[in-house]
Amino acid sequence: MNATLVLSSPIATSRIECATTESAAMRWLLTGIALAFLALFLFLPLVAVFVEAFKKGAEVYLAALVEPDALSAIKLTLLIAAIAVPLNLVFGVAAAWAIAKFDFRGKQLLTTLIDLPFSVSPVIAGLIYVLVFGAQGWLGPWLFDNDLKIIFAVPGIVLATVFVTFPFVARELIPLMQAQGTEEEEAAITLGASGWKTFRLVTLPNIKWGLLYGVILCNARAMGEFGAVSVVSGHIRGMTNTMPLHVEILYNEYNFAASFAVASLLALLALVTLVLKALVEWKTRETVSDNGNPEQVKP
Amino acid sequence: MSIAVRDIHKQFGDFVALDNVSLDFSSGELTALLGPSGCGKTTLLRIIAGLEVADSGSVVLDGSDASRRSVRERNVGFVFQHYALFRHMTVFENVAFGLTVKPRAERPSKAQIHRKVHDLLKLVQLDWLADRYPSQLSGGQRQRIALARALAVEPKVLLLDEPFGALDAKVRKELRRWLRRLHDELHVTSIFVTHDQEEALEVADRIVVMNHGRVEQQGSPQEVYDSPASPFVYGFLGAVNLFHGRVHGDVLQVGGHALELDTHTLGSGDPAVGFARPHELDVTRPGSDRRGGLPARVLRVLPLGASVRLELALDDDGQIIEAEIGRGRLRELDLREGESVVVRPATVRVFAAVTTPQRADAR
Repeated sequence: MNATLVLSSPIATSRIECATTESAAMRWLLTGIALAFLALFLFLPLVAVFVEAFKKGAEVYLAALVEPDALSAIKLTLLIAAIAVPLNLVFGVAAAWAIAKFDFRGKQLLTTLIDLPFSVSPVIAGLIYVLVFGAQGWLGPWLFDNDLKIIFAVPGIVLATVFVTFPFVARELIPLMQAQGTEEEEAAITLGASGWKTFRLVTLPNIKWGLLYGVILCNARAMGEFGAVSVVSGHIRGMTNTMPLHVEILYNEYNFAASFAVASLLALLALVTLVLKALVEWKTRETVSDNGNPEQVKP
Repeated sequence: MSIAVRDIHKQFGDFVALDNVSLDFSSGELTALLGPSGCGKTTLLRIIAGLEVADSGSVVLDGSDASRRSVRERNVGFVFQHYALFRHMTVFENVAFGLTVKPRAERPSKAQIHRKVHDLLKLVQLDWLADRYPSQLSGGQRQRIALARALAVEPKVLLLDEPFGALDAKVRKELRRWLRRLHDELHVTSIFVTHDQEEALEVADRIVVMNHGRVEQQGSPQEVYDSPASPFVYGFLGAVNLFHGRVHGDVLQVGGHALELDTHTLGSGDPAVGFARPHELDVTRPGSDRRGGLPARVLRVLPLGASVRLELALDDDGQIIEAEIGRGRLRELDLREGESVVVRPATVRVFAAVTTPQRADAR
């Protein structure tokens, strides 16, 4: 009885496979197409960046990175990210908290507005700030009179970056917080916890991995943003040039090795982001499956 | 601590969840709020806790108006249907939560918290689970931890929202008995919400039956079960048979037959519905009882434990009714399926036939 069962099972599974999958040739073809596509459009360019960067040797590569303009671009990029990411972290948590845990008028509108930066071209995002804060813009004369410089200066770049990276944290947290519901928070306040303590001791630990994931994506975009920043920055070397802009300028000057050297830093950032993202994703899945209460699911 | 609610009104959009509800809960009592889903019982519980705000009316805790007090100041323990344990904390940390979040001046020392938590875990018989996480516990264990957590802050009132609703039947029955024992030990004023009439009848000192945001009846389990105040309560608590007819003096005329009535306030000639529970029906052979009754035919004989359930079809209109008789009585009658009998309710209560009463779900 046992023996027949064991013997018959592989036959049964292979029959099921026949019924539900394509032939071997078809499977190879589909997998091949997908891999070829990935190689051509993702892997090859990535390799090209590093090959081009090191084409004239490691010395040229290093020289391109420590050159004052490049250093200032790197510093500026880090500064922008250091301002934009915390801002959007606070905003994202606040917005997700409001949307997921409370009911209020205009909630749908807020949800839609958070998505706006995703649907608007970054160039337009930059342009709106020029129209509002630029010399010919609505607030231009007033800003000029008060000696405040926003467009073609660091504040403008921060504004544009914040706008573009606006949705990352909130988008990540809203579904997570909605899925977790409000019962734990309610339990905390009936036990006497204040609003702040409830957030710090109950809400935050529940969302930490989702939050980290959002921050990583937000950071990657903040450092890599080109379009919006390009419009408001003015491309002043050593002053308002971020890394992506610096790459473009070097490239336009036919200084390929230096251009790719700086680009390789951004590519490296992307790789690190991917690894972190995978790690955090794995952690998030672990916590989500942790709290899967089978009894909680009502039939 | 006594609880009272006065003229509580609550609306969600067009849906009236609570329609001017006033109730008193006396100190040390265990009360069940019983009703079908959507009757407003959970909303009322959440308003008492302060988790929801009433549109109008007031909540009075221990004689003083608490309507404006925040949840934290009301000192109520709340137990949620789905436990709401903090998933990233151990059982110990969960139970200790209410003590550790106290402002520094009121917070007990670490040793005191440790002792208290272990006492509570012993009380709910789960002290061996202190280092586990909620995800590692069964549903019944989680709910007991949730209860221990709520008790840690020594609440004056314990509010339980369908505490056993998410558990399977066997565990539910165990926990019911356990909750009753616990209440007898602690004597903290408790209100628990349930849609399970058996649970309410078994556990509570007093039952408040609610429907469509109103209180239908309140009283001891026996009062509510034996003398329901409305067709709804009749139908909601246990199985019931309905007899449609007209009132003539002291009898309910059903088809060509008369059923004797208890006292009632209906006028002669009024259309009415008589209610009688299956165990209140007398079943006899035709001609053996002079007092009359409704002729019927036996459809099925179902022996269920100590008693026997008979499914009968009335000869007049074919309506199916249920009767419950003892095994001894069945032997006396020697009934077979298909035979004719006469059914006579020992007591019938009548209500005017204005609303169509809901038939109870088969138990």
